[in-house]
Amino acid sequence: MVLKIFFPQCCNTADSGLLVGRWIPGHNSAVVLAVIHYPFIPGQVKKYLSELQSQTQVDLTVLGSWSMPKEGQEGMDSFLKDLSTIFPQECWLQLSREIGKRGFTCQVVQNNGRLLQEQKNGDDKIVLIHYDQRKVMLSQLHPVQDVGQKSDVEASELRLVFQTVAQSQPLFLLDKYDDGPLKLSHWQSEGREASIIAELLKQASVPVCIFLTWLLSLWHWLCSFRILHLRPVLFISSKLSTCVQSGYRAVHFKTVFSPKKAATHMEFMRYSTWRVAKELQELLEWLMGAPAGLKMNRALDQVLGRFFLYHIHLWISYIHLMSPFIERILWYVGLSGCLGLTFALSILSDIVALLTFHIYCFYVYGARLYCLKIYGLSSLWRLFRGKKWNVLRQRVDSCSYDLDQNTSDTALFPLQLFIGTLLFTILLFLLPTTALYYLVFTLLRLVMVLFQGVIHLSVDFINSLPLFAIGLRICRPYRLAEGVKFKVLCQEPGTPLHLMMEINPLKCSSVLQCYRTPTYSCYPKDSWAALCKKLFVGELIYPWKQKTAKTD
Amino acid sequence: MAEEEFTDINGNSISLDCQTHSDFCREFTVTSPKLSLRKVMVYTCFVWLFAYAVFFFTENTAVLSSAIILTLAGMMIHIHFVKVDHETLLIIGSLGVQLSSSYASGRESTIFIEMNKLKDIVINEAVYMHSIIYYLCILIKDPADPETVTSVVPLFQSSNPRLNCLVQVYRSCQEILAQSR
Repeated sequence: MVLKIFFPQCCNTADSGLLVGRWIPGHNSAVVLAVIHYPFIPGQVKKYLSELQSQTQVDLTVLGSWSMPKEGQEGMDSFLKDLSTIFPQECWLQLSREIGKRGFTCQVVQNNGRLLQEQKNGDDKIVLIHYDQRKVMLSQLHPVQDVGQKSDVEASELRLVFQTVAQSQPLFLLDKYDDGPLKLSHWQSEGREASIIAELLKQASVPVCIFLTWLLSLWHWLCSFRILHLRPVLFISSKLSTCVQSGYRAVHFKTVFSPKKAATHMEFMRYSTWRVAKELQELLEWLMGAPAGLKMNRALDQVLGRFFLYHIHLWISYIHLMSPFIERILWYVGLSGCLGLTFALSILSDIVALLTFHIYCFYVYGARLYCLKIYGLSSLWRLFRGKKWNVLRQRVDSCSYDLDQNTSDTALFPLQLFIGTLLFTILLFLLPTTALYYLVFTLLRLVMVLFQGVIHLSVDFINSLPLFAIGLRICRPYRLAEGVKFKVLCQEPGTPLHLMMEINPLKCSSVLQCYRTPTYSCYPKDSWAALCKKLFVGELIYPWKQKTAKTD
Repeated sequence: MAEEEFTDINGNSISLDCQTHSDFCREFTVTSPKLSLRKVMVYTCFVWLFAYAVFFFTENTAVLSSAIILTLAGMMIHIHFVKVDHETLLIIGSLGVQLSSSYASGRESTIFIEMNKLKDIVINEAVYMHSIIYYLCILIKDPADPETVTSVVPLFQSSNPRLNCLVQVYRSCQEILAQSR
């Protein structure tokens, strides 16, 4: 079997000393975590290691010795061999490196003094894998598993290596530059300088967070007023997506705060409102003529057309009346858009809904008329065929034309039949006109619903976007690891195989999939078939509703 | 270090390079033919002549600029995402197998499969359109259930070498896998 030794890159140039690390159970491999330099007292080393073992739950042991002799330090080899008697191990590693050469030499001594493998040309079964200790310590191997979910033996070797380095953080607190009994070399000895600004910001972040939490509690106190929980206010606020979003926002503020300004276009608003009303008027006039070459029933046409035109006239005058106030209201509403992009989008959705309220009204009128007509037609059609709708039994029963009062079926008089036929004919010939109005207004309404649905979808998407994970993936890709990459380092003959292990970062699509926050997702209530049926019959269609209280 | 010439399933010439780093570590690199300059020029001229013809009829300069942008964007996407320069298989006994594809723009995408997840490396045959092709693949198993094959990872998907090349790689890999069992 091949013996694998994971060696940190920072210890490549460390002075001679003892290797401290862990043997990976179940696989024939060892992870070197640090090098303890001479001079040391063996008793202190043992005491320190047992302290760390209880602190980190990682079974740290002395793995072997590391020698990088400088000038005037000959004779270390015999000293190093004697060390194996002080720290009794099953396997004792002896790694050594000479200045000027790139490869290490490695000897493994077993407990009974026998040399396990001697390095000969072409006979080495030892692999040295170099890894970047700081990156492996900070990295998280995906797919993430809970600690303690699987036993150590079943977990893969790489996962155990990553876990070992991550859990041994207390080992890296003591350095060779500290005045202590032990001098250790690990990634901290590389001498990374910290930025004082970053440290100051870290210190200042605590009082800032306390202040923000106080502001949030103030907001909660305001929202918990009794008056806001009364029935009509509650109903309106559940319909307006702005209020719904502000509720979510107050919850989300606890974890994240993103100040963004939204620009308001007041002139654009006013112009677009007027424009919509104008377009609707032209549409109605077109309908009142001969739309698409269809010939409509003149009288009904005029009635419906005049009715809708009057409605629009009312709406336009209402807007003219309200315009001086609208500016003010829009300014303050727009200011609240600084609570986030999703808030601004919800405001847009609500403004559009309010502006196109007359389209919604027209749709309801047209749909109701059409629905009544279809209902009447179907009922009279059943009359023709001699069937009747049994309200008690909720089904269609047959009727006969018998004048006999003793039969169980209800009788139909000829007069009823005559009036029924008349009404049926009238309704049937008025159907195209009503159907056309219904079609036009339904299409307009569907466009509005689609627009609102798109806004809600984008709000959902923004809410569920894992910004921190994406930022990590871009700026510190080694934190999210999908796997590792190996590169063979060119070696000298007679030395064991050297590999360089680098972290393979997670793909961006996997980042999104893995870290998406669960959202209050909105979805259409009906399937396509149900939607078509509703449209045909004339039932009212409601916009997409949002699911409430999805648990995190 | 042995570099040999083979052909792929479409008849283009590819080259296989075997490097033995150690007893239990080997690396196989299959290099595809490079992007042909003649093809690039033919496509570009075709697109630009077509755009010029459209411009001649519509007198709209946006057609020309959009053709230029399209050509550039298409070429960049092609060399960065589509055109594979070489594919490498690195097998390290008792550690695992690493597959990496390197694209014409220099981008590398790597996957590492650990030894405990690897069941075997085999040559499979598949029916593709009107022909039967051979491909080398890795059988993946779940360490908890070693008998079932959970998935199959095909190797050298872009270079598609023929059977003689695959057999060489297969024999080499099996030597190393036999050692680590």
